[in-house]
Amino acid sequence: MVSRPHGGRLVNRVASDSRREKILAEAAELPQIPISVEKAIEAENIARGVYSPLEGFMLSEDFESCLTRMRLASDVPWTLPVVLDVEEGSLVDISEGDEVLLTLDGSPTALMEVEEIYRYDKRRTAVSVFGTDSPEHPGVRRTLKMGDLLLGGRITLVGSVPNPYERYTLWPIETRVLFKEKGWKTVVGFQTRNAPHRGHEELQKTALAFVDGVFINPVIGRKKPGDFRDDVILEAYRALIRHYYPRDTAVLAILRYEMRYAGPREAVHHAIMRKNFGCTHFIVGRDHAGVGNFYPPYAAQEIFREFPDLGVTPLFFREFFYCRRCGGLANEKTCPHPESDRVRFSGTKIRELIERGEVPPPEVMRPEVAEVILSFEDPFVR
Amino acid sequence: MPKRRYTTISIPIPLYERVKKMIEGTGFSSVSDYVTYVLRELVASYEESKLDFTREDEERIKRRLRALGYLD
Repeated sequence: MVSRPHGGRLVNRVASDSRREKILAEAAELPQIPISVEKAIEAENIARGVYSPLEGFMLSEDFESCLTRMRLASDVPWTLPVVLDVEEGSLVDISEGDEVLLTLDGSPTALMEVEEIYRYDKRRTAVSVFGTDSPEHPGVRRTLKMGDLLLGGRITLVGSVPNPYERYTLWPIETRVLFKEKGWKTVVGFQTRNAPHRGHEELQKTALAFVDGVFINPVIGRKKPGDFRDDVILEAYRALIRHYYPRDTAVLAILRYEMRYAGPREAVHHAIMRKNFGCTHFIVGRDHAGVGNFYPPYAAQEIFREFPDLGVTPLFFREFFYCRRCGGLANEKTCPHPESDRVRFSGTKIRELIERGEVPPPEVMRPEVAEVILSFEDPFVR
Repeated sequence: MPKRRYTTISIPIPLYERVKKMIEGTGFSSVSDYVTYVLRELVASYEESKLDFTREDEERIKRRLRALGYLD
């Protein structure tokens, strides 16, 4: 049996056909709140159980508890706020107890029962979540730009968010059925936002040595210039799995989600989401979900000690490198040789080679993966 | 007034003393922290799991997984 959903129950807040028809028929009479594509994706993740046990955007009690205790008010571990922020002036004729329609580009996304409208301190939120209020931190910048009010309450999904990667999109209920059909009792989740190099492969395969399957779950969403494009990441992983993984040991599906770069807190959040997909284990490497030098390299591993009741087992890895004297992949726990024998997997160097149209060395990237990446006219976000 | 978030549980004093000694030099700052940690771990292993889907849901999901190439 794969992992239990977080909080014990897989949330399903997708309207049935008849309920959807009824809501859409009444749509013209409901107050509407336009939301961004990122918030629409959050609503979809809530409704389809990725954020179980959340059934909507957080009420103040859960929000406060998340900031101060890294748990929901019910004591269930929860490390990142999932909130709907609005500008004060935008709430004309909307008050607590109302039902509103959340819309994306004019199309209904979700019905929300507005249970609470509350104020919050943006700087305090940033410091709690990111451990800093430095404007250099992208998560802090985003938090300080949020609306002044938060709306909390359950949602019911009535629309879908346009998705260019439908073919690679699976929801928790689907992965749970898939893992069951494959006969996997233990599944390790792997979070990524990069095309795979040998270090990534080694992380996954080391974990795979003692579980039944690996769930490779790239995050698709807003990216920085210079990042690999989403379609490049997916095709690169397809090549890697086809050439280097035993049959029926890996599943590749995307997660639409906006990175917060909250380091340790986000690592726990990533583990919770993968638990909801059915993972029993989750890989946490070096500087997981970090940015710049805001977090110590292994802080994202240490935080897991605070959650004996997380319900998903984190697997901690030191950084892998290629050692010329070992003749293979190793890390500081397994290799005694000096730095001069080691080839590090630098994302920047890999990007530089690819920018010049050169194939990275095979000890850094599988040739079949490099070939796929180089087949794209421009594999990077500009 | 904020809702109370903690309550008091009694344990035998000799046990309290043993636990206090045991956690010296560990990351636990108090016996309460340690007891909370142990109880959370224990409670998590007993929590009920509920998956709300029917056999029809499962068949529909399997059809989609086959169509996408995830299942043979």
